[in-house]
Amino acid sequence: MKQYMYIIRGGEEMENNASPEEMQEHMEKWQEWMGDLAQKDQLIGGEPLMNEARSLTQKGQHITDRPLAEGKELVGGYIIVKANSLDEATALAKGCPGFEHDCTIEVREIRLMD
Amino acid sequence: MNNHHLIQDTLNHLFRQESGKMIAVLIKIFGTAHITIAEDVLQDTLISALETWKFKGIPDNPKAWLYRVARNKAIDIIRKNKHTQHIDFSDTNSNRVLLTSEYTLTTTMDTYWEDQHINDDFLAMMFACCHPKINQEHQITFILKTLCGFSTKEIARAFLTSQDTISKRIYRTKEFFRTQKIKPKIPEKHQLQSHLDTILYTIYLLFNEGYNATHTDELIRKDVVDQALYLCHCLVQHKQTQLPQVYALMALMCFHTARLESRISIHGNLILLKDQQREKWDQELIATANYYLNKAAFGSHLSSYHLEAAIAYQHCIAKSYQETNWAMILTYYDLLYQQQQDPIIFLNRCLVILELQGPLIALKTVQKLSSSKQIKAYYLYHAILGEIYHRLQQQAKASTAYQKALSLTQSKIEKAFLKEKIEKL
Repeated sequence: MKQYMYIIRGGEEMENNASPEEMQEHMEKWQEWMGDLAQKDQLIGGEPLMNEARSLTQKGQHITDRPLAEGKELVGGYIIVKANSLDEATALAKGCPGFEHDCTIEVREIRLMD
Repeated sequence: MNNHHLIQDTLNHLFRQESGKMIAVLIKIFGTAHITIAEDVLQDTLISALETWKFKGIPDNPKAWLYRVARNKAIDIIRKNKHTQHIDFSDTNSNRVLLTSEYTLTTTMDTYWEDQHINDDFLAMMFACCHPKINQEHQITFILKTLCGFSTKEIARAFLTSQDTISKRIYRTKEFFRTQKIKPKIPEKHQLQSHLDTILYTIYLLFNEGYNATHTDELIRKDVVDQALYLCHCLVQHKQTQLPQVYALMALMCFHTARLESRISIHGNLILLKDQQREKWDQELIATANYYLNKAAFGSHLSSYHLEAAIAYQHCIAKSYQETNWAMILTYYDLLYQQQQDPIIFLNRCLVILELQGPLIALKTVQKLSSSKQIKAYYLYHAILGEIYHRLQQQAKASTAYQKALSLTQSKIEKAFLKEKIEKL
């Protein structure tokens, strides 16, 4: 099986506006979706990311106190899964609860370096 | 009682009750390869409780407090270790991998600490500890340590052995879990019966260890008896293990425990059934035992626990020693002896014969065992011979037999009892 990374973007705004109860309810959906992947032995891992960031540009010489991307382009987290093909990995990603928060997901195969 | 003692007392009590369940959950989290981590978390939790409660007082729900703190400590350790190879969270058919992602860590952790899961995990751990490939001594030692919250020192005292020996037993059992990659689980229906038999036998031995006067440390003995009752009670309460022999063992232990207080005099001497003050027997516990014995009456298999409970029942309902239904008891012993040709059962059966048919026939019965070397090394054989000769008015022979019995027991209580017998001849 190959490994794929889901790069999850956006969702920041809706998450900031959610009440703790709504957030808990939302996280239970992540639990369900990822639990399902784990049950099928297809989940490798993944983490949500904080919004605050530092960006290094100009060969690391220039440092800014915010991420390069903002809003819908901001990477909010990643998940790594096992799948047989890009199609299968894409199909699996459809259940991601992040879509409720208007996220987008980019599915990329992990490149094996020679 | 001052505040410090109150905290210590509450904690000791809670710890005995909850540590087994907490360790079962923690072992599920970290895996049986890392029982030591689970134990460390438990130990840390206890220390936190002592330190925090000293300043802030005992919380309203101390059990929930302990669970919460253990949960948080477990989360800390996972966060530190998830990207190392140290702990393997990748086992299939489990959702432990969800513990390694912040998306799911706390939600998963919370489900692990839900009551219904804890009860399952505790039971699963009991089955794991009674793995048929772990020898009996190690099983009991490990159960006392992990599921009953006994310290190595306390177990050493309970078994009259060194702490070193106990530590070795615990270490070997942990190694067994680690190398065999044991995953605690409640066995499937078709395997349940045989695994359950092992657990019941272990509980039965544990109970006997506490119940029989093999040493004088009253406090530990009572604790061991309580723990045996507690473990069996867990089985009684769990749907999958509500089986006749489980109820029967529970009944048997309750009948015996009801008489526990009347067995030892205030001077620490053993009091025979004949001389016990029956009004001291715990009637409430006898009623509980009756309840379990009735619950045990289904299915087609009459276990040894059924028979032993039935014997104990006869003793408990007899208004006096003389009014005991010895004939009924003999029938049960006959059935018991048919099931297992155990010399101890045979000896106890001889005592019933002594009551029912007199010393001459009892002597003939006992002498059938005289060729067995194993039985001649057992103090009870000689103690019974002594009693029979005493009733036959053969005082010299009685004395010799009692002396022999005296030399074969380590128990102070039994020694004192036999000495008194000799003096009275």
